[in-house]
Amino acid sequence: MKQPFEKLVEQYGGTVLRVCRVIVGGHDAEDAWSETFLAAMRAYPGLPDDANAEAWLLTIAHRKAIDVLRARKRQPAPVGEVPEVPTALGVPGAGNGDLWQAVAALPEKQRQAVAYHYVAGLAYAEIAAILGGTTDAARRAAADGIKNLRKNYPGAATEGAPS
Amino acid sequence: MNMSPGHFWSPSDTGTLSRLRDTLGLAAEAEGLLDIAYTTIDSPVGTLLLAATPKGLVRVAYDIENHERVLDTLSQRISPRVLRAPRRLDAAARELDEYFGGQRRVFDLPLDLSLSKGFRQLVQRHLPEIGYGQTRTYGQVAELVGSPRAVRAVGTACATNPLPVVVPCHRVLKADGTPGGYVGGPEAKTTLLRLEAVA
Repeated sequence: MKQPFEKLVEQYGGTVLRVCRVIVGGHDAEDAWSETFLAAMRAYPGLPDDANAEAWLLTIAHRKAIDVLRARKRQPAPVGEVPEVPTALGVPGAGNGDLWQAVAALPEKQRQAVAYHYVAGLAYAEIAAILGGTTDAARRAAADGIKNLRKNYPGAATEGAPS
Repeated sequence: MNMSPGHFWSPSDTGTLSRLRDTLGLAAEAEGLLDIAYTTIDSPVGTLLLAATPKGLVRVAYDIENHERVLDTLSQRISPRVLRAPRRLDAAARELDEYFGGQRRVFDLPLDLSLSKGFRQLVQRHLPEIGYGQTRTYGQVAELVGSPRAVRAVGTACATNPLPVVVPCHRVLKADGTPGGYVGGPEAKTTLLRLEAVA
C-alpha cells in the first residue's frame, strides 16, 4: 500500500534538508529541498509500493543538488582574472572547528558519500546506486571523506560513526 | 569522527522545515499536483479531518474513524499525492465554524462525491434536502429517493456518508424516533441534533 505523500515529508523532510545542506550548503539547500519534494510528488504515483522511499527521495535530492551546484557555477563570473579555487565552498584546512566548512571543502564525491552514509544513514549499496560506481567505491569515498575531515576539523572525536 | 546527523541540525530548523512544507503545499497546488489537500479543525464534536480534491470537499472524518486510516484510504482510492495544506479547506473550515456557532444553516461548498457510488451516492445527494433542524426516518428517505423499500440500503448509505455534518445524515432517525447509528458515534449525532434544535 502506498502511504500518503505527507508521510514521506514528515518522515524524511529533515533528513533531506540535512543532506542538501551538506551537499550544496546553507541557503541553496532550501531550494534543493523544495525542488526535491515537488519532483518526488510528481513522480510518486509511479513509485513501486515496495520501493525504499528514503533511498528514492535521496536519489532525487542528489540530482536536484547537482542542478543547484551547476546553476551556481553558471552564475555570471567577473571578467578578468578568476581564481580557480571554489572559495564559496569554504576554506580547506581552516581548522576553526567549523564542521560545516570542513565538509563543504570536501571533494564532491566524498561530500556526497559522507552525507548519504553518515547523515542519511544509507547503506553503501544504496549510495552506489545513487552515485554510480561500485559499493566499494562508495565505501572508499566515504572513508576518504572522513579521513579528510579528521585532518581539517580537529575538533572531531573519533567514535560514533555508523558502520 | 563523530558525524551524527545532529551536527547538521539546530532547533531553529523545525521552523525552517515547517516553512518549507507550507511552500511545498502552495507549489504543489500551483503545479496541479495537489490531488488531496487536508487539514484538521476543532469542533464541539471533536477534531474533524477535512480533505478536498480540486473538485471539492471529498471527506469529513470524525476522530473515532481514525484520521490516519482515513488518509490511507484516500491515498489508495483517489491518489497518494496527499498533503496537509489547509488553504484549500479555508472555506469549508469557515462554514463549519459558522455552523457550530449556530450562524449557518446551509453549506455552500463544492462537493466531490466520488468516494461513493450508485445508490449510496444517490441517497447522499438527496440528504441536503432535509432542512436544518428537521429530521426524517430511514423509510422516509427511501421514499424521497424513489425506492420506498430500500430502507436498509438507505441506512447503509447514511452509515457510509463520506461527508458527515456537511451532508446531513445526522438528520435521519429510526422509525421509533431514536437516533440510530452514526459514523461519528451516537453522542455526536445527539450533539448535532441539539445544536440544530436550539439555534
